[in-house]
Amino acid sequence: MEGIHDMGGSYEFPSSLAERDQEVFHAEWEARAFVLSNAYTGAGCANVDQFRHAIERLDPEAYLSDGYFGRWLGSIELMIADADGHVIPGRYTDHTAARNLHATPRFAVGDIVRTTNHNPPGHTRLPSYVRNRTGRVTLVQGGWVYPDTHAHHEGENPEPVYAVRFDGEELWGTEAEPHTSVTVDLFESYLEST
Amino acid sequence: MSHDHDPRAIRTEALERLLVDQGLITSAAIDTIIERYETDVGPLNGARVVAKAWTDSEYRTRLLNDGTAAIAELAIGGAQGEKMVVVENTPDVHNVVVCTLCSCYPWPVLGLPPAWYKDPAYRSRIVREPRKVLGEFGLTLDDNIEIRVWDSSAEIRYLVLPERPESVIDDDEEALAELVTRDSMIGVARIDA
Repeated sequence: MEGIHDMGGSYEFPSSLAERDQEVFHAEWEARAFVLSNAYTGAGCANVDQFRHAIERLDPEAYLSDGYFGRWLGSIELMIADADGHVIPGRYTDHTAARNLHATPRFAVGDIVRTTNHNPPGHTRLPSYVRNRTGRVTLVQGGWVYPDTHAHHEGENPEPVYAVRFDGEELWGTEAEPHTSVTVDLFESYLEST
Repeated sequence: MSHDHDPRAIRTEALERLLVDQGLITSAAIDTIIERYETDVGPLNGARVVAKAWTDSEYRTRLLNDGTAAIAELAIGGAQGEKMVVVENTPDVHNVVVCTLCSCYPWPVLGLPPAWYKDPAYRSRIVREPRKVLGEFGLTLDDNIEIRVWDSSAEIRYLVLPERPESVIDDDEEALAELVTRDSMIGVARIDA
């Protein structure tokens, strides 16, 4: 779904990076929130796609003002609230995401592909700035659990992931800087042939 | 835990009490894990990989062909490193890494990300105007150098193999590793020596 998290290419955050914050943790609570979040997913209470989707469901103002580890905290709180306050370990036992595929990937390195206008109401890993854009497959990355269903208890449904390269002009038009591209890892369901 | 009145600190304390009560973790284990991330897991791991690639051309070839396996040769791996792809900077091509959707980062080789990597400014701007953003990092690249931005939107994580400074001719891996910065392995800096 579109939302505050889907930041690629947005003009909403124009701050310069010349003065930048190098810290990993700013306070003890950030480090503890990091470990607690990993403990929650590590115990199988949720999978990583549910964790990321819960971050996306946070209030947009809180998303920005709570900061990175504040969002992690908010995600775990939201998932516990979804479960009526219960913490239920063991729902997910496999913490890997790579899967063997039983079919040959549809695309190969060098193929020209176009992203679909995929914009579901739930979780997706197709950033909006590369929707409806044409690019070239540069790597075939093997099979992976499909986040769009895994985030919603609808199964792993593994499929191929491809690194797809988009020229700057394709993404940003005449505003594009010269000789630049963005390469994005995309699931086969997000792609069609041209 | 210190008495911190930040509401997020209070919320974290509440979550810690809940997860400890439920037997998911102990407060001592939290301390141990934090210490491990503060001391053992960090960009020094990535620097060892880069220094080895600079001194051992067969390793460099393996690293570029199968980053995960070559990095595992140095006993480096783990969460957020299930599949690693290493992309090489050359005089003609400069690579830089971002995660626009959520700040994914290759923990086993670089540790946890600095705040700026997670900043909305970096996440939004580096894909649209990489030359301008890199300039703010102090890295000005000629227009004839191709810039490839990698948005790690799935579970594959990227490590940039920076160019070896020409002035350093000694193949001492440990000394070379000391030159390799975190920022150079994200792709927002070059290594000058």
